[in-house]
Amino acid sequence: MIDKRVASAAEAVADIGDGATVMIGGFGEAGSPIELIHALIDQGATDLTVINNNTGNGQVGLAALIAAGRVRRMICSFPRGTSETAFPDLYRRSRIELELVPQGTLAERIRAGGAGIPAFFTATSAGTPLAAGKEHRVFDEREYVMERCLTADFALVKAERGDRLGNLVYNKAARNFGPIMCMAAATAIVQVSETVEAGALDPEHIVTPGIFVKRVLQVETPQLESALIAQGATYP
Amino acid sequence: MSDNTAAMSTTKERRGLTRPQMAWRAAQDIFDGAYVNLGIGIPEMVARFVPEGREVIYHTENGVLGFGPPPEPGEEVPELINAGKKPITLNPGASFFHHADSFAMIRGGHIDICILGALQVGDNGDLANWSTGAKDAVPAVGGAMDLVAGVRRVYVIADHVTSRGEPKFLHRCTYPLTGAGVIQRIYSNLAVLDITPEGFLLRETAPGVTVEELRELTDAPLAVAEDLKTIEAPSLS
Repeated sequence: MIDKRVASAAEAVADIGDGATVMIGGFGEAGSPIELIHALIDQGATDLTVINNNTGNGQVGLAALIAAGRVRRMICSFPRGTSETAFPDLYRRSRIELELVPQGTLAERIRAGGAGIPAFFTATSAGTPLAAGKEHRVFDEREYVMERCLTADFALVKAERGDRLGNLVYNKAARNFGPIMCMAAATAIVQVSETVEAGALDPEHIVTPGIFVKRVLQVETPQLESALIAQGATYP
Repeated sequence: MSDNTAAMSTTKERRGLTRPQMAWRAAQDIFDGAYVNLGIGIPEMVARFVPEGREVIYHTENGVLGFGPPPEPGEEVPELINAGKKPITLNPGASFFHHADSFAMIRGGHIDICILGALQVGDNGDLANWSTGAKDAVPAVGGAMDLVAGVRRVYVIADHVTSRGEPKFLHRCTYPLTGAGVIQRIYSNLAVLDITPEGFLLRETAPGVTVEELRELTDAPLAVAEDLKTIEAPSLS
């Protein structure tokens, strides 16, 4: 029987090794898999390449992972967060690398990675410094820039409900990068607020089909970054 | 953007339209049935002033179509936010989708109008709004390059000059570009300018602002429309 459920966050992230590439879902605090990120901090993997739209908020979650010095390289579109200082501090001291990617190009590179498309052409960034050094082609009299796909060893994602097969539904704007990161990572690890019986999710409403998901962890009452920041929380 | 914030404190000395009046003027050009993406800051204000009777669907990059006004204090819903990470409400018929679909709406040409802020606009339609190229700055681009490349009508709302009095609208941008030849219209505190194949075309002026004054504050040739109008905005502050 297929059962992708795991018992603890520690078990869920146990095999993430040094040097791994990790996609982390979330935009702002919506969809941020805080419990999985904190388990990754506890686990100790370092020299990571992390793909997220931003660089975390406050001193918890992704911002705490960066502050702990575990991230060698960030691939993101907007390396600024709410009350977040870890990334800019390390960046100014050349202690962390940054690959800056336009937000839609970031999403499409991830989608392409999950769909087996090694590269694609986009008009985004044509004529700007972010297109420098990239292959250009003209289609229908317009200039396009070639972008490579993104894949990862692992994805850490937060969803609302999941079943033992890994089928997922999300909560509101927390969906953001979750579905495409599950597709693009070799091992997608998902925390859900509720696990349900297979068959309980309406097949018409499943957003991420279980084929893209390897592990499902139930975190009944996930923490929210805004509440943690308001408390002045830090991790660890 | 830092110089917008700096200028905010000197609102009283600003000439021409107030920021809400700039948003009001831009709102008059949002047509019934439009799918619209509004940037963070003054552009967001545009939604408040769209004339009654026009149904407009607002898109936000993080994956929501059909959002409404901000919630009342205490009514915020966790994980229901916009691209500025601020709480939002939903209008009937709203939908959620993932980030690649959200940017397919933008990059695939499905959004009708985008309004955003600017550091500089060139008279060839070039936009610079993400970086001043300062060496010690941490670069951040977000979705601006996608919006200007993919949306059909891209308009700018920005003060005519910086807080230091330097023109924002010039022959060629000196800051790193967000997109080349992408802007069609500018709403400033002093004027409405169109970008034409020949450069800036002055369409409307704020009350009391002269063409000579605008030529001084615009660092590029300024053609004047034959039917030059004065903006008649309601009193908004």
